[in-house]
Amino acid sequence: MIALRPRRVAAIVLRQGFLLRGSPARFLPLFAWVAIDIVLWGFITRYLNAVASPAVDFVPLLLGAVLLWDFFARVMHGVTMAFFEDVWSRNFLNVFAAPITTAEYVAGLVLSAVLTSAIGLAVMVVLATAAFGLSFVGYGVAIVPALLILFLFGIALGILGCAIVLRLGPAAEWLIWPIPAVLSPFVGVFYPISTLPRWMQAFSWALAPSYVFEAMRALAAGTPVSWGSLGWGALLATASIVLAGWGFARVYRHAVRTGLVARYSAETVS
Amino acid sequence: MGDGGPAAARSPEGGRRLDRTPGAPTPILLVEDLRKSYGTIAAVDGIRFHVAPGEIVGLLGPNGAGKTTTINMILGVLSPTSGAIRVDGLDLARRRCEALQRTNFAAVYAPLPGNLTVSQNLRVFGLLYGVRDVGARVEALLAELDLRAFRDTKTGVLSSGEQTRVSLAKAMLNRPRLLLLDEPTASLDPAIARDLRGRIRGVAEREAQGVLWTSHNMREVEEVCDRVLFLSHGRILLEGDPRTLPGEHGRATLEDLFIAVAREPLALEHA
Repeated sequence: MIALRPRRVAAIVLRQGFLLRGSPARFLPLFAWVAIDIVLWGFITRYLNAVASPAVDFVPLLLGAVLLWDFFARVMHGVTMAFFEDVWSRNFLNVFAAPITTAEYVAGLVLSAVLTSAIGLAVMVVLATAAFGLSFVGYGVAIVPALLILFLFGIALGILGCAIVLRLGPAAEWLIWPIPAVLSPFVGVFYPISTLPRWMQAFSWALAPSYVFEAMRALAAGTPVSWGSLGWGALLATASIVLAGWGFARVYRHAVRTGLVARYSAETVS
Repeated sequence: MGDGGPAAARSPEGGRRLDRTPGAPTPILLVEDLRKSYGTIAAVDGIRFHVAPGEIVGLLGPNGAGKTTTINMILGVLSPTSGAIRVDGLDLARRRCEALQRTNFAAVYAPLPGNLTVSQNLRVFGLLYGVRDVGARVEALLAELDLRAFRDTKTGVLSSGEQTRVSLAKAMLNRPRLLLLDEPTASLDPAIARDLRGRIRGVAEREAQGVLWTSHNMREVEEVCDRVLFLSHGRILLEGDPRTLPGEHGRATLEDLFIAVAREPLALEHA
């Protein structure tokens, strides 16, 4: 069991809080882009409901899916944004020469992401329910494991993104931002996994969010959710976090061995 | 601890042997056979030295001599190829957090984040270093380093001299037993530099801190350091009192000795 010192974790969260408080450019994106997404997809679903068969309600099918996917992306970006603040301010030497463990540092990033993604989620839920009539009652209790799986997977990809940028240098952040967009065709945000060709399906079933969106579609269609499938998704998401944490620790050890932490901006990829 | 100097003993491998005086206080910093290699190149080549409580030791040498590599290893951000580092008796490799809790540093190449205010930066690092009653400690340091006027100013908009003072405030937050200063006065005007040297000297004596100080300003080194180590090609070439060492090696000033170390290290090594 790794012992985390709360004050050190709090230092990372406090830093993020100070930055958000004093910077509209940081605070607005926490909810502005996801709100625009909800508005856009809200109107698309309203239009589809008007022209398609009345038997199909696109609001839980598409708008609900967009909301869940944006939540995942906000969680992931919440972790990477907190990490990028140290990249952008060239703060690695100050932070890693302090008595903080990598576990405490990553815990600080994760806690920052919890707080920032909660803001995005709250805004999306209010907008989707008030403006477009999305109801979470239809999802039942399955919404809880669904959010949890997406949250865990977002954390895992966020940590993996941090490891990639730590290893490859500051410019690698451009590889990290589009990760949710790259994954979205595979996890079936808008369509069943069975729509995909077999080789894509093989990849899809290795990704935890695929199980969430399949379950959400089943619920929207009025069929019972497969709890075993959601359990498998949770297992995959947890395994993803363990793997990402292991990857970050490994990259950090490499950075300490090669001097990359001390001279990070040099981008000495080898 | 025998500090070398002209009479320092040499180990069979050519390194300096540490002859600690029996009953001497535990050194704040003890570096033993420290080596850092990149492939076949040794950036630091088996150095040994110590810093005693209340002592300010100058780590001198030309660019590329291995000073910053040594400091990075003591800060735990660069792992040694071999050797050991002890801070206040704690093995850095095994008890990293406890050792770093007793350490802090300021370096011109590690300014604090410019997008936070001075007090925000100090509060964040105060928490990282486990400082009790952070608010009071921050206020005390703001007063001590004449930074109160900049409490709510973004660190990035301060002049380089003011930023250096903020870095020093951060370096003193946790009342470190070991303070590492890498060219701390490089961007300061002579008046402020002298003032800061006096303050650091005072803190080191008052709190029995050990200070490892790198500088290219030899007059500063003479003024502030109790002892100096001359590093060249990753090895400690000379060691001793900065006021008497030049004479012992036939040089008029410490600056002349520095230049000799930079240009003719072999001549001095075999002298």
